[in-house]
Amino acid sequence: MIQVADLHKAFGAVEVLKGIDLTVERGQILAIIGPSGSGKSTLLRTINHLESVDRGEIWFDGMLVNQPLRGRRFERHVNRIRQHIGMVFQHFNLFPHMTALENITMAPMLLKKTPRREARELAESLLRKVGLLDRIDYYPAQLSGGQKQRVAIARALAMEPKVMLFDEVTSSLDPELVGEVNKVMKQLAQEHMTMLIVTHELRFAADVADHVLFMADGVVVEEGPPAQLFRAPAQERTKTFLQEVFK
Amino acid sequence: MDVALIVRVSRFFAEAAWVTVEISVLALALGLCVGFAAALAKVSDRAVLSLPARVYVSVFRGTPALIQLFIIYFGGPQIGLQLEPFAAGVLGLGLNIGAYMTESIRGAIVAVERGQSEAARCLGLGHLQAMRKVILPQAARLMIRPLGVNSIALIKGSALVSAISVVELTYTAHRFISSTYRPFEMFMLSAAFYLLIISAASHLIRTLDARFALRT
Repeated sequence: MIQVADLHKAFGAVEVLKGIDLTVERGQILAIIGPSGSGKSTLLRTINHLESVDRGEIWFDGMLVNQPLRGRRFERHVNRIRQHIGMVFQHFNLFPHMTALENITMAPMLLKKTPRREARELAESLLRKVGLLDRIDYYPAQLSGGQKQRVAIARALAMEPKVMLFDEVTSSLDPELVGEVNKVMKQLAQEHMTMLIVTHELRFAADVADHVLFMADGVVVEEGPPAQLFRAPAQERTKTFLQEVFK
Repeated sequence: MDVALIVRVSRFFAEAAWVTVEISVLALALGLCVGFAAALAKVSDRAVLSLPARVYVSVFRGTPALIQLFIIYFGGPQIGLQLEPFAAGVLGLGLNIGAYMTESIRGAIVAVERGQSEAARCLGLGHLQAMRKVILPQAARLMIRPLGVNSIALIKGSALVSAISVVELTYTAHRFISSTYRPFEMFMLSAAFYLLIISAASHLIRTLDARFALRT
C-alpha cells in the first residue's frame, strides 16, 4: 500500500531524514516512535506531500507520490492522491467557521460531488461511529479537545481514504481525554484500516500496532513487531530510549 | 461666525459631500478589487504573480497620493490617457488605497493558522479551493477592521482630488471662500460634513464586524 525508499529530506542545512525505507501493507498498522526531533512527523508528512522530499521515492497504491511533474500538473496529481489519504493532526485543525457537520461534508460535496443529503447521512453515520452524533451542529469552539479530535477523524474518514495518517493526535489532549480518541483509533484498527501512527504513547502503540518503527536522528534505528521491539530491543539506542520513557 | 451664510451655502456643501461619498465608494470598490487580486498574487508561490504585486504595493505606498493623482490627471494625456477629473480621481485614489488594502488582506490571509490550509489540502482541496472554502472565510473576519481603517483614511484622503478640480467638499470650500472671504466658516462646514460621512462609515464597519464575529 505504501512504500518508501531511500528518502532524504533537509530543512536548510539540517538533514532530518537520512535515507528512510519502509513498507506498509494493506490493513497493516504501523506505529512510528522515537524522541522529539527524530524526523517521525516529517516522515509522515512526506507521504501525502505536505513536505517535499530531496531524494528517494514514495509509492502509494501503485502510484509514485513524488513524480517529477511541474506546476499545475503536479498539484492535480498530489490532490488526487491526497483524497485517498486521511490525515489527523496534533492540533485538530478543524475549520472553526463550520459546524461538525460542515467540517465533515465539505470535502465530499466539493471534491466528489456527493449530494447534500447523502453527505449528511454519511456525516451522521461517521459521527455516530465516533460517538458525537449529538454534537452534529456544534462549532469546534463548543467542543472539548477529545471531541474535536474525534470530529477531525470523522472528517478524514468522510473521504473514504485507503490509508489514515495520525500525527501525534493525542499529544495536546488532557490525559483524561486521550482514552476516547484512542478508542476510536482502536475501532478503526479492528475494521482493518491501514494506519500510520506517529505517537509518544508507547503503551497504545504496543496495544494497537502490528509493526513498530523506532526512529532517531533521521534514521530508522530498529523495527519489528511490538512484542519484540518493546521487550527485546536489539539496538542500544532503542534500549536507552525505552528506559528513558518507562523510567 | 456668520450663521446665515452657513445656512445659505450648506445646500451646495451637501451636494459636494455626495460627490465625496461617490468618489470614495467607487475608489473603495476599485481598491478592494485590486487589493484582493494583489493580495492573492502576493501569497502565491509563483514569482510571475507575486513579483508584480510586490512592485505595485511598494510603488503606490512609497510615493505621495497627490503625485499619483497628478501623474494620472496631468501626465495621463501625454501617454494617451485622457480622463475627466472625477474618473482620474477614482483611478488615483483607488490604486493608492488598493496598495494598502493589499497589505491588510494579505496580513489577514497569513494570520489564518497554517494548519488550516494543511488540513484543507490534506483532504485533497486545491490551492484556490482551500482559499475559497477555508482560508478566506476566516481571513474575512480578520480583515474587516483593517479594511475599515483604510476606508476611513480613503474618505479623508479624497480631499486630495480637489487639487485636480473635482468639485467635492474641499474644492467647494475653496470656491466659496473666494467669493465670501470666510475661510473659517467654509472649512468648518466642510469638516462637519466629513465628520458626518466618517461617523456613518465607522458605524457601518462596527456593524459588519459584529455581524461576522466568530460564533461560539
